[in-house]
Formats: sequence, C-alpha cells, structure tokens
Amino acid sequence: MVETVWSVCGMCTARCPIRVEVEGGVITWIEGNPHLLGGALCARGSAGLALLADDERPRQPLLRKGGRGEGRWQPVSWDIALDQVAERLQAIIAKDGARSTIMSCRGGPFVDPAKAFIQALGSPNFTNHDSACGRNVHHASLSVYGVGRPDLTYDIKNARHLVLFGRNLLESMKIGEANQVLDMLDAGGRLTYVDVRQTVTGLKASRFLMVRPGTDYALTLGLLHGLIKAGAYDAEFVRRHTVGFDELAAFVEPYTLDWAAQECGVKAKSLKELIDELGADRPRVIFHPGWMLARYRDSFYASRNLHLLNVLMGNLEIKGGQIFAKGAKDCGRKGIRNLTDLVPKPEERRADGAGWKYPHFDKGPGIFPLFYEAMATGEPYPLKALFCYRHDPLTCFPDPGAQKRRLDTLELLVSIDTHYSEFGWYSDVILPESPYLERDCQVAVQKGPKPRLIYRQRAAEPRHDTRPGWWIFQQLASRLGLGQYFPYSTIEELWAWQLEPTGIKIGDFAAQGFVDLADKPILDDRESMARRLATPSGKIELVSGKLAAQGIESLRPYESPPKPPAGSFRLVFGRSAVNTHGHTINNPLLHELLPANRLWINKRAAAGLGVADGDWLEVISQDGAARGQIQAKVTEFIHPEAVYCLHGFGRQVPLQSRACNAGMSDQKLQTGLLLDLDRVGGGLCLCEGLVTVRRSDRNGKREVEL
Amino acid sequence: MNKYQIHLNSKRCIGCHGCEVHCKTNKGLPPGPMLCEISHEPLRSARGVPRTEFRFRSCYHCEDPQCLPACPTGAMRKREDGIVFVEQETCIGCMACQQACPWGIPQLNPASGKAVKCDYCRERVDRGLKPACVTKCATHALRFVRLVEF
Ligand code: SF4
Ligand code: SF4
Ligand code: SF4
Ligand code: SF4
Repeated sequence: MVETVWSVCGMCTARCPIRVEVEGGVITWIEGNPHLLGGALCARGSAGLALLADDERPRQPLLRKGGRGEGRWQPVSWDIALDQVAERLQAIIAKDGARSTIMSCRGGPFVDPAKAFIQALGSPNFTNHDSACGRNVHHASLSVYGVGRPDLTYDIKNARHLVLFGRNLLESMKIGEANQVLDMLDAGGRLTYVDVRQTVTGLKASRFLMVRPGTDYALTLGLLHGLIKAGAYDAEFVRRHTVGFDELAAFVEPYTLDWAAQECGVKAKSLKELIDELGADRPRVIFHPGWMLARYRDSFYASRNLHLLNVLMGNLEIKGGQIFAKGAKDCGRKGIRNLTDLVPKPEERRADGAGWKYPHFDKGPGIFPLFYEAMATGEPYPLKALFCYRHDPLTCFPDPGAQKRRLDTLELLVSIDTHYSEFGWYSDVILPESPYLERDCQVAVQKGPKPRLIYRQRAAEPRHDTRPGWWIFQQLASRLGLGQYFPYSTIEELWAWQLEPTGIKIGDFAAQGFVDLADKPILDDRESMARRLATPSGKIELVSGKLAAQGIESLRPYESPPKPPAGSFRLVFGRSAVNTHGHTINNPLLHELLPANRLWINKRAAAGLGVADGDWLEVISQDGAARGQIQAKVTEFIHPEAVYCLHGFGRQVPLQSRACNAGMSDQKLQTGLLLDLDRVGGGLCLCEGLVTVRRSDRNGKREVEL
Repeated sequence: MNKYQIHLNSKRCIGCHGCEVHCKTNKGLPPGPMLCEISHEPLRSARGVPRTEFRFRSCYHCEDPQCLPACPTGAMRKREDGIVFVEQETCIGCMACQQACPWGIPQLNPASGKAVKCDYCRERVDRGLKPACVTKCATHALRFVRLVEF
C-alpha cells in the first residue's frame, strides 16, 4: 500500500511543499507538491532521504563532558537532558533573571513554539540569523512602506522585466520562484542581472552587468537619476502615493548615468538602453530589493533605492509587479491560533537595544550580533544562556573565534538542531531535533496574494532518539512550571487548538497538503492598497519620516569603495543549488556532487600571482590571524577586485567525516567583521573584508615517486 | 524500434543537478554511480553575456546496443519498446558492458556489486508514469517523449 504524506521540504529555508510516498513505513519517493509545483524538486529535496539514512548526526541528547568544543559527549536520555537544562535555567533565572536568556532561531513559519518558550520564561531576547541575511532589506522596506519585507511579494511570472542585483535566485533557489523566472523568460520577458561575477542566473539574463564590488549603491543612484531625467517613471503614481520626490530628485542630480557607469565599471550605453527598456516595460518591472544583502556598508541604502526604483515604476499591487501579501483577515476569515499569543509580552528592554537604543530596528527578532556586544560589555544587563534552535551562529556570522570568546562569558549554551552545527559542537547540551521527514510541525499561515495554511506531517518514525521542536519546548516549559502556555500533549491536539477559530479541520489538508484561504489571488484597488502603507505620513516615503525622527538620513551621499591593494581582494561568497550553507555539506549524496568549494579568481589577477586553474591557494585574512587553503578556479568572469567562494564549507566537526575540513570557510576569514554592523540597516557588512591570496606550498614542486 | 527519448530544454535547465539525485534516490543508489549527468562547457562571452548551456545525458538506449552482446550472462536486455536494461538477478558485475559501450555508460553499484544503468525507469513507465528525473526536474526542463514513425 502506497500512502501519500504531505509535508514541507526542510533541506533549505525555501520550504517547498512536498508529497512523500510511504510504503510499509519506509519513504520511497519525494516529489514537489503536484498541485503547486508539478512534482518539481531540487537535488537537496531528493537528498532528504540520504539525510535520514545518515548516522553522522546527533542521534540522542548529548551532554558535554570535556571543555567546550573538545568533542567529548555523554549520551543521555531525554528526561535527563531536559531535567538538566531546566535546572540550569532555573538557577540562572534565580540569579540573573529571565532576561539573561536568549533564543535564536533560523526564522521561518515554524518558530512559534520556540518564541513562545522564551517569552514564557519572561525574556524579550528572541532573535535570529537575519543580520547576516535580509535585515537591511527588511528595514529598508519598513522605512519606505512602513511594512516589512515579508509583506510584499513579487509576481515575477507576469513581469516584463526583472532586475536583480546579486540576487542569484536560480541558485539560491526556491522551486516556485525559479520557475516563475523561467516562465517570464519563456514569455519574452527581460532579465537584467548585476553582480561581481557570472552565475547561473546571469546565464539566463538578457543583460549582464559585471560591476565593481561595493558599487551597487552607485548603480541604483544612477538609475534613479536616469529614470527621472528621461521621465521614464510613473509620475501619476508618484504624485498620488509618495512623499519626498522633489528631495529625491534633487539628491540624485549629481549621480548621472555616465557617472554611475564609470564608478561601476560598466558601459554607459548599456545603462542608457536599460533606462529605455524600463520606460517601455513599466509598470510591469520588478527590481528585486535583495534577500541576502548583508554585504557592504551602504547595502541598506542600496536596498532602499531598489525599493524606490520599484516605486518609480509604479509597480505596486498590479499583475507583474509587487503585490501585498494577504492573510486570513483579507479573505474575511479568522486566523489560526499561535502559542505566542497566549504568553504575556515581556516588559523588559531587549539586550540588543532593538526598540529602545535603536528605535528604528524591528524588535521582533532584533539583531543577534548586538547580543555579542552586550556579552562583552555586560550592558545593559548580564546575559547567561543562549539557545540556538536550527541556527548556527558560528557558521552564519563572521569570525567564529571572536564569537567563541564572547560565548565563553555565558553559562549555558544549548543547541537544538537536526545536525551537528559548529555551534552545537561548541555548546553544552545538544537536543537533537528529528529531521523534517521524521517530524510533524504545527499549522502555519503562508501569506501571499493567495494565502494558504500549510503544515508538516511526519512521513516516517524517527530512526534515532530524536524529537520534534513542538515537543521539546513543551517539555522544557512544563519542567519550568510554564506548561499552561503549551496547551497540548500531542500534535493532533496542537493542530486542533490552532485551527479551532478557523472552522478548518486537519482532515481538510488531506486532499492537497494545504488549505487555500482564497479562491484566487487578491489584488486591492489602488486606494485600498494605500491603506496598507504604515508609514508616519500614510504614503510611500521616498524620504523616511521615521528615520528623520532619529536624525538618520534617508538619502546618503555615495562614498566610493577603496580599491584593494595589490595582492589583496575583497572576499565575496554565495550559494549553489546543491547545498544550503553549512546544513547540507555532510549529506552523502550532496557531498558527492560538490565535495569542496573553490576560490574564483580573475584570470588576469591569477596570472599576476602565478596561479593556474586548480592550484592550491593560501588565503589570509586582513589581520593575518586566519588562514585557509582552497583550490583556484581561474575565470575571466569575476571582477578582478574580488575573489569568491561558496559559503558553508571548511567545517570542523570531526563527526562529520565528509564535511570536516573540506574546502574553505569564508566566515573564518572575516576577522574583525563581527561587529561591523550597519547601525541603520541592521545588516552585517560581510563583503567588506579583504584577504590576500598566494600560491600555497601544498602545490608539489618535485616528483619523487616513480 | 525505440519508443522513448529524454529531451532537455536547455533554455530552462539551470544546472541544479536535481535530476541526478532524483535518479539515484529512486533507485536507492549509494555515492558512486550516476545514471544521468548534467554537464556544461566553460563560460564564453556572447554579446557581452558570459554564456554556456547545460546538457543532459543518460543512456542512449541504442538501436543496436554494443553493451548487449558483450554481456556474458545475458543480463543486459533490450525490451520491445527499445529500453535497454540490466537484469539485476543475472548480472555478475563483470562490467564487460561498460567496456563495450562507446560512452562507458553502465556503472558498478558498489552496494550490490552489479552493473546499473539508466533503464528509463521502466517500472514507472510500465505504471504509466514518467521517469524520476523527468517527473521531478526542478524547472520542468526535461521531457519524456514518445517517438513516432512517419
Ligand atoms: S529549494 Fe530545494 S531544498 Fe529548498 S525547500 Fe525547495 S526542494 Fe527543498
Ligand atoms: S533537474 Fe532539471 S533543471 Fe535541474 S539540472 Fe536536471 S534537467 Fe536541469
Ligand atoms: S549502455 Fe551504451 S551501448 Fe548500451 S544502450 Fe546505453 S549507450 Fe548504448
Ligand atoms: S530515466 Fe530513470 S534511470 Fe534513466 S536517468 Fe532518468 S531517472 Fe535515471
């Protein structure tokens, strides 16, 4: 008997909907949900099976025996592990208060139990990885529209022109989004791709602009200038829905297209052609405002300008443009219950300063690296415990050495994850979560033009002594006398409790794996669209009132990035479609596809260093403190000022035999960048680091053996 | 007469190597053998855009397969509809088929010690389904086509 189980892929954070076939308790087939993706899945999605079969993951709770990071573990039962975490937490809270505890998650639709748990403890310090990812984009969106990044979606499929700034969305991919791009191209749409190197996304582009690293902001300024001068923007939309246009126009006056072309190292003619095309293609033009834009010191402003370029296109709430994400309320329905709503909001100020020291930062998840600042100074109050749920700060943030020095000030580090993360390896307790195919997850709302409810059903029983997140947090909470905030003991009870107000039953998910809240996409008319804007002026703010109130400029004069000295390069990093950062590097089938990363280096730069393709290189951080070894990939299609590698490699967890020491880690070379944080956008400046590169001694000079 | 072929629309393919893993997990193969392969030429600049195209190769299911007569046990078989496959029970893992195939397509499965090759997912095809690589291609770039004689 073949059984269908509906779930959500957990191999990356795109979380594509999947259909799983199970025969006699064994998973035999995983495909993309046929109703939404027509079966399509990526390599990682299929390799979920290899994740289950792999034993090189934590298989039961582990308590640290030796020093942190020594790798000596005592396997214990769940009861012992949970009791111990609860006892140590109690002692910490008794002495330093609940506020001394932090919970970091990797975001996504299933974080509710983790967030409810830390809130139930009474701590305001819930956070995530996003300062190494989309914080700049999110805060830029808040400053322009008053709503954050998740509140706007992009109807790429119906666009005429998509412009991407380093947003490599065919490799950092979501199945649905990748197909939208290809459908748009098949329908004759145009793709302009801007990056410091060529990528798979750039392969499909109608225009590729290889820019000098660190000049994205210059290009956006030039484009704003060009569009305004050419009158190639939606003047009516700008007049009715925005404030600050005259200020913007005056500000970009010096930043001509010719200037931008020169600054970015691209042809002025291409930019002029681009302006003409944008004028012809608007309003169905989408400037993707970025996803991972924790790159440069002006990335927040670059992202803000990308939002402004969208506004000039007049692309809001139209087919082929940006569409406000709708939720249950927009469909005239009641939403689901979340655990977080049960728990009183902590009154205490956040230790990272979000919401008070930095009023312009969304205090939802705050800014993780600022906790490191607080750990070092003990201000505003002492921190004692850190939980990382599905988050590996040591792989995600720069300079793990500097991070560990700060983590050493904490009394309790707990890792809740499916795999050994670098953080897990350094922590005091590992509570192994069951991999996504072996666990259920609560119901979540997926907002969008056509919102729906999704959930995850376990397809197989756990092979090892691992547990789902909803159970782990419920168990910890009951041990701490906070069980009332987790009113369930089985997932069925949790689902029923969540769904009760909606009138939807969990059985309603059986047909397709999700429940649509609307029959067709909801598009507001322009007037109701305007009501969604949550800025102080109620308009789209080309110049932000909220930032101005903090004395922060919305339009920042451009500063040209310094050219790296000879032999030095800016280290940039990225993703491929076969791995998700550090999570999947040790997967047997993915490791087979891509066992190690290589360092992309420009052909001329390589010649200058006497480096040939495939040579071993030594890469040295800017302060000389960190070194890495990696093989060279010599190509003319990367800017000579940059070197590039895939992120996630160079892991050093001995129990991951395939991944351990394979390839080079970019974050270990990002010394000095841990607190190089944009205090306006909240993003780290991960591409502001320089490295020196030379041929390694590892390249043999003699042939001794016959 | 061969009835089937797999066709790649390289305009849509994004070189994600999904098909390779879809194939392997469908057949339960360990690291080592790959029954289909995505490859590409190095990038070359075409009108200012560095380009290359992805190619897909599995087995050609030749009209006159050279792997077949080379097999000493008769494990390599060809069906009426042209699908060339290895009968696992009979295969002794001598890999004579790999030697004989002009492209070295059959591969050794280290887990079973026997030869494996693309069989167009004949069990799925017999159930009226498309091959694994085609069904799950990330971008719907692969097509399983039925050849017709004019
Ligand atoms: S893109 Fe791939 S890994 Fe990510 S959720 Fe989708 S199928 Fe899974
Ligand atoms: S799965 Fe499809 S898109 Fe991905 S490499 Fe294979 S053929 Fe290309
Ligand atoms: S294995 Fe080689 S010879 Fe045999 S059918 Fe395939 S391509 Fe032809
Ligand atoms: S048709 Fe089947 S056996 Fe052949 S390459 Fe595709 S998935 Fe593999």
